[in-house]
Amino acid sequence: MNGLSTVFKKEVRENIRDRRALFNSLLLGPLLFPLLFVGLMWFLESAEKERAEKTLELPVIGAEYAPSLIRFLEQQGTVIQPEPENPEELVLSQEVPVVLRIRPEYAEKWKEGLPAPVEVISDPSRQESNAPIRKVKGLLYGYGQQIGALRLQLRGVSPQLASPIMVKDVDLSTPKSRAILAVIFLPYVLMITAFTGATHLAMDTTAGEKERKSLEPLLINPVPRWQIMTGKMITTMVFAMASLALTLVSFRIVLPYLPVGAFGMDLTLGLGTLLNILLIISPVAILAAALLTLLASFAKSYREAQSYMGLVILIPMIPSLIFMANPIKAETWMMGIPLFSQNLLIGEIIRGESVTITWYGLSVGSTLAIGLALAALAANLYNRPKLIFSSS
Amino acid sequence: MIEVKNLYKSFGEVKAVNGVSFEARDGEITGLLGPNGAGKTTTLRMLYSLLPPDQGEIRIDGLDPTRDAMEIKRTLGVVPDSRGLYSRLTARENIMYYGELHGMGKQAIKSRIADLAVTLDMGDFLDRRTEGFSQGQRVKVAIARAMVHEPQTVLMDEPSNGLDVMSTRALRHYVRSLKEAGHSVVLSTHIMQEVGALCDRIVIIAKGEVAADGTARELLDRSGCESLEDAFVKLIGSEEGLLA
Repeated sequence: MNGLSTVFKKEVRENIRDRRALFNSLLLGPLLFPLLFVGLMWFLESAEKERAEKTLELPVIGAEYAPSLIRFLEQQGTVIQPEPENPEELVLSQEVPVVLRIRPEYAEKWKEGLPAPVEVISDPSRQESNAPIRKVKGLLYGYGQQIGALRLQLRGVSPQLASPIMVKDVDLSTPKSRAILAVIFLPYVLMITAFTGATHLAMDTTAGEKERKSLEPLLINPVPRWQIMTGKMITTMVFAMASLALTLVSFRIVLPYLPVGAFGMDLTLGLGTLLNILLIISPVAILAAALLTLLASFAKSYREAQSYMGLVILIPMIPSLIFMANPIKAETWMMGIPLFSQNLLIGEIIRGESVTITWYGLSVGSTLAIGLALAALAANLYNRPKLIFSSS
Repeated sequence: MIEVKNLYKSFGEVKAVNGVSFEARDGEITGLLGPNGAGKTTTLRMLYSLLPPDQGEIRIDGLDPTRDAMEIKRTLGVVPDSRGLYSRLTARENIMYYGELHGMGKQAIKSRIADLAVTLDMGDFLDRRTEGFSQGQRVKVAIARAMVHEPQTVLMDEPSNGLDVMSTRALRHYVRSLKEAGHSVVLSTHIMQEVGALCDRIVIIAKGEVAADGTARELLDRSGCESLEDAFVKLIGSEEGLLA
């Protein structure tokens, strides 16, 4: 085992001196992802706020047909704008989000007590016009309700008869369970970090060594090849873990600056929670290191290895994407699936749910088992002469 | 002492080594001479147990590389064709790494490096990172790395490749000193002058086979030629690969 620790020490020393390794493993993930997360949250929050607080400016066609509706809208804080020349064009070109058209027959129908036609001209496929559209429709609906109630009352009918059902929202979500975005984002980021943290090392210690032609002389030393490979893999795992730990710490530092109030989240990752998450995610680092080393060993050069890695980095994204599209309830059998179980477990922890030991055990155990199996496979790869020589 | 009998190795259709036999004695320098692609590197790779032979027998001080790979690696010092130094480590750290892989103690490695630094004249660059080293400096580090555990048998693949005149002279001087210390040295080369200047015994390899074997004198006598170069061409039967 001496050979193993010698290889490990040398790889650590060599890679600590490598700016590319340090950048990829220890800086990129830990700095980039938390900043990205915070930036995203700020952006969402400020956009939301801006839309909510903005006064609604509404161009109206045919305002003269419905003076009381116009008065109602103005009372509700809407700024009525004069009739535009070509309303459809205006909406399509995104100059205004929504235009109201009151039909000439409005007054006539109104008097007869029939539904009076108004048109809301908009393009709902534009995300940013959703808020004003909702607002205009809400106002129109409110006005309609109000007038309808008055009419019933005039005829001596209680307006309550027209609302046979009363719908009330009972919101049971705690602030923690509302942290949907974080629940999805954090596991996703951590999963990717485990892979990005391992990528450079996995390539440098195998394909890189082959490319620099230092693999052949290395293998002439009286150390079993599996020890050499294992030493390399352990270095990769350590860097991936360090990358994960740093990312978590940097999230811990950055999260207090989040505009969490607006989202109703409680995201103070305490030390206990951090260690919990690290425990859950560590087997992924081992799995990633083994898988990437295995793949990179087949490459003849760093560049060739890089081309494989582009595909591999998709793997940790899959469970998160499934989860985003179709949030499911965690169940015991799911804990046996690597990457997927970590997603679920971290989600549970952030949501403040208690997680049973069985789930921990299953998740850690299954991921570790697959990781070690891959590692065993990788450890014996260099027994094949074909993989040793980059040319000839 | 190396004994090779009837060695075969092919890669798919290509017969890289096709029945090579030779001997390399202690206290002698044996040169494997042959054009590029003759099978020299493959033969050496089988000697240092990186490739298993398809057929044939190898004994190095009585050990068989296919069965006693670890033991043989302990007694061999190899300077392979690919020098492959770690550019982010200093020359000293490169050598230390190999010492540690051979299971040597810190103190033993330290004093051994001090010796090698004098013998190979590496004082100037011993503690510099090997990035940007000249070919000569690289070869010296590669040799020191291979010799750190004081092996009895030394294998060198094209050791003077890319070296300037001064470095080549230093290298030859060092190889002769190994011979005088009783080591068995095998070097492969395609450079005629090198063989003439250094080797006690010459094994001419062409197309995976031994074309001739003997001292320089014997080869000249056998071919009836005046110079080694002419003898070489006559013995391998063509001028192919000589200019490479």
